[in-house]
Amino acid sequence: MKTLTTLTAAATMAAAPALADLVIPDLSYRTGPYAAGGIPFSDGYQDYFTLLNERDGGIGGVPIRLIECETAYDTEKGVECYEATKDEGALVYQPLSTGITYQLIPKTAADGIPMHTMGYGRTSAANGEVFNNIFNYPANYWDGASVAINYLLDENDGSLEGKDIALVYHNSAYGKEPIRTLEALAAKHGFILSQLAVDHPGQEQRSTWVQIRQQRPDYVIMWGWGVMNQVAIQEAANIRFPMENFIGNWWAGAEHDVSPAGMAADGYLSLNMNTVDPELPVFDEIREHVIGSGEAAGDGSHVGSVLYTRGMYAAMLAAEAIRKAQEIHGEADITAAMMRDGMEALTMTEERMLELGAPGIGPVFSVSCENHGGSGQALVQRWNAAEGVFEPITGFISPDEEVIVPLVEEDSLAYAAENGIEPGCA
Amino acid sequence: MPETFLFATEVALNGLMAGVMYSLVALGFVLIFKASGIFNYAQGVMALFAAMTLVGIQQGQVPFAHAINATFGTDIHNFGWQAPALLAILLTVGVMIALAWAVNRYIFRHLVNQEPIILFMATIGLAYFLEGIADLMWGSEIKRLDVGLPQGINTWIDETTFTIFGYGFFIDNLDIVAAIIAALLVAGLVAFSQYTKQGRALRAVADDHQAALSVGISLNFIWVLVWSIAGFVALVAGIMWGAKSGVQFSLSLIALKALPVLMLGGFTSIPGAIVGGLIIGVGEKLFEFCFGIGQCFGGFINLGGATENWFAYVLALAFLVFRPQGLFGEKIIERV
Repeated sequence: MKTLTTLTAAATMAAAPALADLVIPDLSYRTGPYAAGGIPFSDGYQDYFTLLNERDGGIGGVPIRLIECETAYDTEKGVECYEATKDEGALVYQPLSTGITYQLIPKTAADGIPMHTMGYGRTSAANGEVFNNIFNYPANYWDGASVAINYLLDENDGSLEGKDIALVYHNSAYGKEPIRTLEALAAKHGFILSQLAVDHPGQEQRSTWVQIRQQRPDYVIMWGWGVMNQVAIQEAANIRFPMENFIGNWWAGAEHDVSPAGMAADGYLSLNMNTVDPELPVFDEIREHVIGSGEAAGDGSHVGSVLYTRGMYAAMLAAEAIRKAQEIHGEADITAAMMRDGMEALTMTEERMLELGAPGIGPVFSVSCENHGGSGQALVQRWNAAEGVFEPITGFISPDEEVIVPLVEEDSLAYAAENGIEPGCA
Repeated sequence: MPETFLFATEVALNGLMAGVMYSLVALGFVLIFKASGIFNYAQGVMALFAAMTLVGIQQGQVPFAHAINATFGTDIHNFGWQAPALLAILLTVGVMIALAWAVNRYIFRHLVNQEPIILFMATIGLAYFLEGIADLMWGSEIKRLDVGLPQGINTWIDETTFTIFGYGFFIDNLDIVAAIIAALLVAGLVAFSQYTKQGRALRAVADDHQAALSVGISLNFIWVLVWSIAGFVALVAGIMWGAKSGVQFSLSLIALKALPVLMLGGFTSIPGAIVGGLIIGVGEKLFEFCFGIGQCFGGFINLGGATENWFAYVLALAFLVFRPQGLFGEKIIERV
């Protein structure tokens, strides 16, 4: 009888609903060659969710449960992390790796879990009619390449005819992403594009920069990550390439990319999809509720830095999508499918960013079934080595939709055809 | 003079300089392999560990600060002083000697007479341990390394070559310093092994462990000595590479650049490490220039760039076909 009672109690407990929570996996990389970028992003991502838990008791009254899994920026480990966490009730993935993203695209589609690849991953995922579960707002690589060219057009009175532009890129799926767009833009604007690949990890780039010195391009655009950025900036300084003509993408524009070169990096330019302001009210809230209470993911030293801000911004967008999903479905404890709906209905306005304590942190944009990529806007920032800060020198610049939209459509429809996907909105 | 020839010459000179940097890493491998038959997989991580320790000491960073703060709820990060570069280097050498002692005392003393593959695997374990402990001690941040080394284009070479050829060659001052240091290092190592008692003992151990033991040479002492020297070489490599990229995890990957140098120069020859480095450096850079980015023969072959990493190994393999022991390695025939 005692055994029967115990079994009944156990069965009842197993059948009882678990305490509600909003599960957010964080596929971070705090080790390996790309840790210097992975750590501040992950700290920002986690600290924002912790802030919501500590200050507001979660979102809509439901606490957030973070699950951190170390990928070391390794695709295989990233997939393992996904498999290990997806059954916990994961709402959204943010793998911070183009390689991992490519592997997870079919898996997340099969499992019905949305993935947010903010400014990385497969660019044509912006077409939500094909990639129902993938979102890459507020901007993608092709937007970034186009924004860089639009900035240069502005600098050259609207014409790049005959100019030499060199693309120095990480020899990987990530680094090769902007090539297609830049080739299309070169054809449109009449500039000459040369491509210089740098092999992983990018510790030795002498021949690349000797070649740049010999060819003397007017501008260098860099698509780098990890040690490649620091070495490239140092080598550019060594050959006295003018820093104001050297533009990194948004993954080549953090403080640790420029600091090893010291004052020589002064004036280096990079794109950014978010503004950088350590004095934002939301950071004060994080300092008070998260760092002050000893709940921070890191030691708090990264608050307000470029990648910490971007990680926090990514979390903010995820939290807003959760709110939207709760609103749409009238349910606080949402599922991954509901989260997807929330992401697809996300709207970021100036007023909302102000309410969140982050005025102007990103562009104003809205997401729809047809457009999972947002506005595609980015700004250009300049490194002030004396002050040790990146300063914006433009507002948010729009990409050339005339070039980007057909490319996105062509690539996404090819993917749909290969994978037997019928494009369309639910 | 044709522009392509001048460009190729500049590329070749820079290849020589890059080769010196590879040699600095390869030297550490050679020293340990020569004295103990161990292929030290951890040599690259030793360079990382040494460079992190140097910067940590120089900046007055509290080791294990993150772990201490997390455990005891304290908020300490810095001692509040900055050590001069020379003092920091000397203290780092001390740390590397302590590491050499610990590695031998706690790992390799227990593995005497084991198969080479066991020793190799032990160094893999050591590499991962050192990587972790370096992170724990000094953090994962990218740190600027500044020990006063000059960097940037050498204006004298630039101006002189411009006057002669009408085109100024680019040579980085840091590479020139690296070449001088490598030359001094090799001269010092050769002098040490030829003219000092410990050096002769080291050579005896390298030739025949049993015979060396029988004449009263302490193997333990020699192994600590050789690991200490390898630690010093790792520090030099860490400083040179760290000055380029900042001190960060990727420094440990410089070992990958040393492997083709070792294959080509031989695992047991100090001059081989230097000559091998120079051949690899020039070979990979010229191949990239001519065929990687198609600058020779009217762009007849253009492979799209990024050939350096794999071509270095192709070059080393080509040499191995004709000299399996490497250019300067000892020819050992264990079976017929």
